Amino acid sequence: MDFALTDEHRMAQKMVRDFSQKEVAPVIKGYDRLQEMAPFVLPRMAELGILGICIPVKYGGQGMDYLSLGLACEELEAVDTTLRVVMSVHTGLCSMTILQWGTEEQKQKFLVPLARGEKIGAGAFTEPGAGSDFGNIQAAGKRDGDAFILNGEKMWISLATKADYAVLTVRTIPDAGQPHQGLTSFIVDLKSPGVTVGDIHGKLGVRAGSTGWINLRDVRVPAANMIGDEGEGFKVTMSAFDSGRYTVAAGAAGLIRAALEASVAYANERRAFGKPIAEYQLIQAKIARMALEYDVARLLYLKAGWLKNKGIRNTRETSAAKWFATEKSFEAANEAIQIHGAYGFSDEYDVERYMRNARGAVIYEGSNEIQHLIQASYALGRRRDKPLRREMPAYDPDEWQAE
Amino acid sequence: MKIVVCVKQVPDTAAQVVVENGQVSWGDAPLVINPWDEYAVEAALQKAGDHGGSVTVISMGKENETEALKHALAMGCNEAILVSDPALGSSDNVAAARVLAAAIRNVGDVDLAFFGKQAVDSDTGTLPGMVARILGWPALTLVSAISVLSAEAIKVERAIEEGRQVVESKLPVVVSVTKDYGEPRYPSFMGIRKAARAEIPIWDLGQLGIEAPAPVISWPEMMNPPRREVTTEIIAGDSPQDIAAKLADKIMAEKVL
Repeated sequence: MDFALTDEHRMAQKMVRDFSQKEVAPVIKGYDRLQEMAPFVLPRMAELGILGICIPVKYGGQGMDYLSLGLACEELEAVDTTLRVVMSVHTGLCSMTILQWGTEEQKQKFLVPLARGEKIGAGAFTEPGAGSDFGNIQAAGKRDGDAFILNGEKMWISLATKADYAVLTVRTIPDAGQPHQGLTSFIVDLKSPGVTVGDIHGKLGVRAGSTGWINLRDVRVPAANMIGDEGEGFKVTMSAFDSGRYTVAAGAAGLIRAALEASVAYANERRAFGKPIAEYQLIQAKIARMALEYDVARLLYLKAGWLKNKGIRNTRETSAAKWFATEKSFEAANEAIQIHGAYGFSDEYDVERYMRNARGAVIYEGSNEIQHLIQASYALGRRRDKPLRREMPAYDPDEWQAE
Repeated sequence: MKIVVCVKQVPDTAAQVVVENGQVSWGDAPLVINPWDEYAVEAALQKAGDHGGSVTVISMGKENETEALKHALAMGCNEAILVSDPALGSSDNVAAARVLAAAIRNVGDVDLAFFGKQAVDSDTGTLPGMVARILGWPALTLVSAISVLSAEAIKVERAIEEGRQVVESKLPVVVSVTKDYGEPRYPSFMGIRKAARAEIPIWDLGQLGIEAPAPVISWPEMMNPPRREVTTEIIAGDSPQDIAAKLADKIMAEKVL
């Protein structure tokens, strides 16, 4: 067993850290207050190759492995959650789903520009009336010759107003035996006639990000844009979550780290009753817990990344990493506020933003209640992963880096 | 155009550097490329990009000290060379200058040798001038911009205390670069993959054709700077003007101004 990161991992980690610390950290508070995404974020992440980090070079990506994706997410969210959200939806939900399920033609047409960052992608699954109960989504598609006509509404979609494409799941077989067997996924060009999008404001956190809705009214999508087969949409969507949740877990580890570092710095500096508050055991207990939970969260996501590299199914491990890291990131940020006292309650310090940002991840990409059920179903032997028709490919450096 | 850039591996600037048992220690802080040298690498890559040619990055250190070289490779340098020899124990700047000058000569036909303006650990800022002296080349130090570069000559702007100074010279030259040159690029992922796999050749003193230069400086004693006791006083007042007036009085009374 080897816990060491390779030179490649360390250099990738440092590059993403330098970008987020130098370019985003100094301005993020302003954009968070404005509830706007910094306009340079997407083009800069595209230019630096971050958006296509783990996609093979032949599909326009950078040919790095899944661990590099996790390390990048940790660095991004250590500065602001909205940066990691970009990776979750553009890279995780959209690009990686096309990498896993797409045909060669779909990869050439959609994945190449996505991995290069020339186009931005999203994953559109949740609806106003269905999130955790995904099998009961209402958006529908009806075949019309060589196309499907899509109608419905998707809600809480990150990058809805920024994305060019979305991997989007609708119901195309209303009379399927089980509701989830009637779902089908498509790559939808969000510039198509009949698509309208908008941003949602007034969110508790991720305010410097774009979260919105997508309305579909008689949107004609070529059947050639179907991802997977008709009726396979539930499996495609769950695969997308295996990728998306991994990025959320890694990012949440970064948020714990940020909360820990802010707390350590403040506890050493702030004095009470004649000495730095770091000298008090109640403060030390909070810091010790954050340090431990950062280690655990990191080990959990790195293990999931290692499994991904090996091509081993990791739904259980990824779910566990997401559950633990997001829950602990919220607790760490909350405790960081407590350590900062009244200052932590103001946006003069970053920790209140960490807490607001951490809260969302306990809900999205499968609420943590759903993660409980997933873990219980594996532990009780009620769930076994059946092989998928198309598995996420194992990382092969030679194949990934071939031109 | 053949360009060399010399880089140094130093403790991360965030590291806490202390003297323990007469030795400088930075704990387990990582070693990184000297931040000033990143500007030199950027300048070298820009010039190679504009004029065609290759950039060779050279560092002097122990056999496993390749972090700075790999960073420069990941930024886009074409090749890296580590100069390492057990005889090079604790080199001073004179020794380092002799070794680096020999390495630059060994590369052969070099037009430009770039350096950062100083190293964040030793902080002398003298190495570029010393290397230039040994090579017999002009030393263009504290360069903030290169306005003209041809196969024969170079025109630079130097950032000096008195202002800006424009200097022209024939090639080959040694150039030390300041922060004003422009932000160094991040390594690209393609560069990172190349750097991670690179086998970095090691040149020893035999290959350079020189003996281990004897250091002329020794460090008989090293000590931590005395701790300064700082007291903080918060100045209160009825208005910002009132507070500012009290603060100005205090500063005058303490003879700070």
